[in-house]
Amino acid sequence: MTAEKSGADILVEALSDLGVEVVFGYPGGAVLPIYDAIFKQTRIKHILVRHEQAATHAAEGYARSTGKPGVVLVTSGPGATNAVTGITDALMDSIPMIVITGQVPTALIGSDAFQEADTVGITRHCSKHNYLIKDPAKLGDTVHEAFHIATSGRPGPVVVDIPKDVQVATAKYKKPGAIQHKTYRPQIKADQSLIESAVEMLAAAERPVFYTGGGVINAGPAASQILRELARITGAPVTSTLMGLGAFPASSDQWLGMLGMHGTYEANLAMNKADLIIALGSRFDDRVTGRLDAFAPNARKVHVDIDRSSMNKTVHVDLPILADVGRAMEDMVRVWKARGHQKNDLSGWWAQITEWRAKKCLEYPASTKEIMPQEAIRKLWEATHKRNPIITTEVGQHQMWAAQHFHFEHPNKWLTSGGLGTMGYGLPAAIGAQMGNPNALVIDIAGEASIQMNIQELGTATQYRLPVKIFILNNEYMGMVRQWQELTYSSRYSESYSDALPDFVKLAEAYNWTGIRIDKPGELEAGIQAMLDAPGPVIVDCRVAKLANCFPMIPSGAAHTEMILQSDQVSGEMDDEAKALV
Amino acid sequence: MHIKQEQQERHTLAVIVDNEAGVLARIAGLFTARGYNIESLTVTDISEDDLISRITIVTSASAPMMEQIIAQLERLVPVHKVVDLTALGPHVERELALVKVAGAGDHRIEALRLADVYRARVVDATTTSFVFEVTGGSDKIDTFVSLMREVGLVEVARTGIVAISRGKDAA
Repeated sequence: MTAEKSGADILVEALSDLGVEVVFGYPGGAVLPIYDAIFKQTRIKHILVRHEQAATHAAEGYARSTGKPGVVLVTSGPGATNAVTGITDALMDSIPMIVITGQVPTALIGSDAFQEADTVGITRHCSKHNYLIKDPAKLGDTVHEAFHIATSGRPGPVVVDIPKDVQVATAKYKKPGAIQHKTYRPQIKADQSLIESAVEMLAAAERPVFYTGGGVINAGPAASQILRELARITGAPVTSTLMGLGAFPASSDQWLGMLGMHGTYEANLAMNKADLIIALGSRFDDRVTGRLDAFAPNARKVHVDIDRSSMNKTVHVDLPILADVGRAMEDMVRVWKARGHQKNDLSGWWAQITEWRAKKCLEYPASTKEIMPQEAIRKLWEATHKRNPIITTEVGQHQMWAAQHFHFEHPNKWLTSGGLGTMGYGLPAAIGAQMGNPNALVIDIAGEASIQMNIQELGTATQYRLPVKIFILNNEYMGMVRQWQELTYSSRYSESYSDALPDFVKLAEAYNWTGIRIDKPGELEAGIQAMLDAPGPVIVDCRVAKLANCFPMIPSGAAHTEMILQSDQVSGEMDDEAKALV
Repeated sequence: MHIKQEQQERHTLAVIVDNEAGVLARIAGLFTARGYNIESLTVTDISEDDLISRITIVTSASAPMMEQIIAQLERLVPVHKVVDLTALGPHVERELALVKVAGAGDHRIEALRLADVYRARVVDATTTSFVFEVTGGSDKIDTFVSLMREVGLVEVARTGIVAISRGKDAA
């Protein structure tokens, strides 16, 4: 006969049973019993953030860099509503996350009590699933089920709302066995006949492309390995979405670079001219497809995904395969080899790709007077890539430049907010990644506008002695907004100037960080070296060319073949149809 | 610039769900969040142990959107299965309405006569009013209600559509 425990103790024990080592959170009235239970144990480390949104992004950074689920603990009302952005971010980018929210006591629910918010109502459509627990006897099983749902299938955030009286009331807890959910059963293994069809299509293709996404990363490191094998045996080129960078090594000669709005010329043209596209854990996002009626017009499309609702959502595919992408690729490799297929003669296709590559679409105008932001990223990559760093970003031009000019060889090293595009993601994500990878070099490539959205987290890194580096490409503009205004609104820079910026060096010092300013191209290498030499956290304020634009670019609503390669191709105003697109 | 509308088709869906708190909000919210129509929605528990509910949804959508609606519904954790009865083939759709009519003289007699034609039952009567209960397809009920409008319609309550496939098998 096991003794009864408080709901708070059950929660902590269940988390511990689930292998949770770190929780990112912020205390408040409705979670005091849980914080007291945390105080009395040593198995789970709590990281005190400075704002609940940062707790969610830190958990995302932890999850994305370790492959383990991120856990968040916040109070009711404002604690929960502040977490909503990060919950939505995790949903869009398929990040496994469990968010424990405190709630007012059950008797007060619905009475507009102090710090009451309808958390399950608010998070119903921005979480993969959510629960309001009214009975402490169900708490343990529900937490285990929440982890199962968050981490299996297409991963995502699950919210568990626990009223304060349920945290105090007692019940028995027993670690449950393997979860067999009555309705939720994601399909892991692909239908064999579909795999065989895909392999035959691949063997017959003259102009195939692998179009990979974040799903390959989510499927675990083995999936990235099998992708390399699949590419090797078929000889086909590989491109990836923003979320999938690192699944395939950028140093491979089969690598085309990222595709989509700020993707490479060769990747987008290859998609346009391909006769077969194999989409692997990617979802035909609007940033990838450009104008839908002109997307890959000549290609048959195979789509491997674990989420059926991602199939035929925006682009009709010829062969949808519902499966874990890693398992499906293993099956494809096995069938390919079993049937004795050899590499197709793709020499004509590769000759075409070589021609596109010769455009050197990522080149940028050089300058000796000011630092070109692309140059700064390249130098940062040169100085750090041997250390296999984890790179996080905020959102905007710097994010796209990082995606274009920082080259990734391994999965789980690139943490960025892709789907939701959340400014303020990078610093807390870096903190989470550093917690999960204490010995790694973790760099947040930031812009001066984005970094201010969660700048309070400097204190969190200081408190836990996390040596994260923030590399700000400071152009004194919300650069991507300004770029769109230049391209679409005849350079009417409405509210996109970053006025009244702080002195980032002094700000760093105020938080006991090291602050470094880089003003001129000649200082770049030494500045980066100084950042790497500093043992603790560093902010680098790298002052870059103010009006540089991020190219190549496919304007909203344009086709892959209508890429803008450099500024001189840019018109000043777009029509209403284009203006209405995001 | 003008916003374009797509060609839509009417479908009746049966959605079998766990009978748990918030499940209806999850489904109704999914429709609003993703911009799908709901023309009619009914829900009640159908199992002996009260653990399973059947939701009947009538929606209008283009063919690709219909595929999305079903996939999105199936993605919800408490959903057991979704059946597109319209795509499946022959099925029976029924609705029940309670129709209150007030009046005297010829209107009262005409109301009773029409009710008889439409096989509506009188479930409440006073010297100045009737409440009719009528079941059938939505078209029949629409017609009955519009006829009642001419003879003193006071109030209508409708259940919305429930539907089930024809033949011996469960959908």
